[in-house]
Amino acid sequence: MSQFLQYLFSGVTVGSVYAVVAIGFNLIYSATGVLNFAQGEFVMLGGMVAISLMPLMPLPLAVMVAVGVVACCGCLLEVALFRRLRSHSVLHLVIITIGVSILIQEAALHLWDEKVRSLPYFTGNEVSSVTVAGASLSPQVFWVLGTVALGVALLQGFTRCTLSGRAMRACSSNPEAAMLVGINIRTMRTLAFGLSAGLGALAGCVISPIAMTHYDMGPELAIKGFAAAILGGLGNPMAAVVGGLLVGLLEAFSVSLVPSALKDVSAFAVLLLVLFLRPHGLLGRPSGTAVREA
Amino acid sequence: MSLISEASGWIRPGGFPGGGVARGLAERDDTMKRVLALLSVAAGLIGLFNLTAAAADSRPIKIGAIFAQTGPAAALGAPEAKTAQMLVDRINAEGGVLGRKIALVLKDSGGSPEKAVSFVRQLIEEEQVLAILGPSTSGETMLIKPICEENRMILVSCAAAETIVKPLARYVFKTPQKDSQAVIWIYRTMKDAGITKIAVLSGNDGFGSAGKKQLEDLAVEHGITILANEVYDKQATDLTDVLTKVKGTPGVQAVVNWSIVPAQSIVAKNMKQIGLNVPLYQSHGFGNRKYAEQAGVAAEGILFPGSRLLVVDELPESHPQKAILARYKKDYESQFKEDASAFGGYAYDALAIVVEGIRRAGSTDREKVRDAIEGLTGFAAITGVFNFSATDHTGLDLDAFEMLTVKDGKFTIYRK
Repeated sequence: MSQFLQYLFSGVTVGSVYAVVAIGFNLIYSATGVLNFAQGEFVMLGGMVAISLMPLMPLPLAVMVAVGVVACCGCLLEVALFRRLRSHSVLHLVIITIGVSILIQEAALHLWDEKVRSLPYFTGNEVSSVTVAGASLSPQVFWVLGTVALGVALLQGFTRCTLSGRAMRACSSNPEAAMLVGINIRTMRTLAFGLSAGLGALAGCVISPIAMTHYDMGPELAIKGFAAAILGGLGNPMAAVVGGLLVGLLEAFSVSLVPSALKDVSAFAVLLLVLFLRPHGLLGRPSGTAVREA
Repeated sequence: MSLISEASGWIRPGGFPGGGVARGLAERDDTMKRVLALLSVAAGLIGLFNLTAAAADSRPIKIGAIFAQTGPAAALGAPEAKTAQMLVDRINAEGGVLGRKIALVLKDSGGSPEKAVSFVRQLIEEEQVLAILGPSTSGETMLIKPICEENRMILVSCAAAETIVKPLARYVFKTPQKDSQAVIWIYRTMKDAGITKIAVLSGNDGFGSAGKKQLEDLAVEHGITILANEVYDKQATDLTDVLTKVKGTPGVQAVVNWSIVPAQSIVAKNMKQIGLNVPLYQSHGFGNRKYAEQAGVAAEGILFPGSRLLVVDELPESHPQKAILARYKKDYESQFKEDASAFGGYAYDALAIVVEGIRRAGSTDREKVRDAIEGLTGFAAITGVFNFSATDHTGLDLDAFEMLTVKDGKFTIYRK
């Protein structure tokens, strides 16, 4: 039983990070129709900026500033690049995001360096351990789970209950109609990039003590996050959470059955299987209906 | 001399168009080749005489280097590249070798075997270097080993896997200690501590899989039983799942982790976090303070066979390596403001060995340099005292290791 819980927590921790990346994919996809493969870079940047700010300010402030800075980077990216390239096909834009991802990595390599860094543990230190029903965990795991849950809840609240949030959903649901009722669709796109980047950065900060921050950690996260988004059903942020947790849990539990070298294989095999049976993802709606409704 | 070889190289690719069509033509082609070969040998000999007579060659000696300065193995490659450059600058400042300066042609493979392969071709064909240092990782080295052998290019690898020199390749040497020696140190220490049942974890890269094999092969001989044997992704950022499996395996008395990647710190942290409180042994890949720093308090008590460079202050003055170790450590740390690591030492030795080979050969003829390297004995360097021979291209014995541990965040010699 404690063994089961141990795997469960391990899966949920990793899965919650995938979930955040998957939400990022969804936000930008809903608003612009583009799959942003530079999503993992936002996570890396969040961690890196926060680590650099650590000597100057206390940890909570450093995290907040890092999230702000990366969110601004996300907005800037949209304004400087994607807004100007709207006339190109979606496929072009997707390829451009891959280019942006490489660009950000190289920039990070020069700005910081090739060394692995990490933020200090938010509570306790490297050896702190909390026992929950027989399973031992780092207290940082609770920070990750708590922060991700809070982030998702706030995002949900924003898109459901505020005017800007509703406007964002309107844009993704039907851009033309949204424009007709006077919503500034360009601002909404910028907002989607900013939110997505900020959320990624936040995840980057909370996982830094456990997973460490490294200039080329992004692509791996982007691939897993993308898988999570597809598994859940593209276009629905809450489905992304389900997808992310599922991918994480699949990875963790597969280790108990098969050699850990096959961890990725088993996770992706299940993903493929699901897609054969439900091409639109677990919670997505078949295309033809309003898939992009959030 | 170089003019001649370039000229014959220029004739060959042109060849005889359609030479393979008629048999007679092909035969003529063969004779032509033979004549050409004879000619170039003769020209080469004349060239050699010219060289010694005139000694007019003041061009720098080109030495290539392929290190993983970036990417997942950057903790190895970055200090290696810095060290190689530092030592080249020092040798040049002191007048070079054979009166000629050394030019280091440095390539960053990012730890990717594919890139290493294309760089090695570039170094051989375009740069025409005398010898190649590196690469940093075993996976890369194993891919370029046949290429160097085929092109008669001296390769002094800075990667540890035993397969690099076993089977022996005429032109391939390596400077790090052998995996099997590290394993023997670990197993002997375990025996003294009464440990017989262990779990083995390894990264899915060349270093990890080579070490895993040695651990498996030598276990029976040393009375060790491997109860759990898991391989994880070299880019893994969380290993609680793998360690949970180990924790659920009854009877495990110690964990051995074999990798060079940041996972070395993650294993240490995750073990404490999930409450797996058995001794952790690591490979000689742990010989970098950064890993201990990343693991923080969790690094305390980790045992690993390591280079003397990490504990130079504890060595007696009479130790043959003391002076060279102390100088390297001081130079490196004052120039780069970071701790010297065992990896930088591997690059130092690789370069020092090639330079010593050139010096002893008294020429930059690749064959002679190779023979001189193979004949090096009692050559004290950073990693150990090298004794190469026609059957041993590692040149180090068990003595090249010390069993080290982490105490108060610092490496120190392990005493029972």
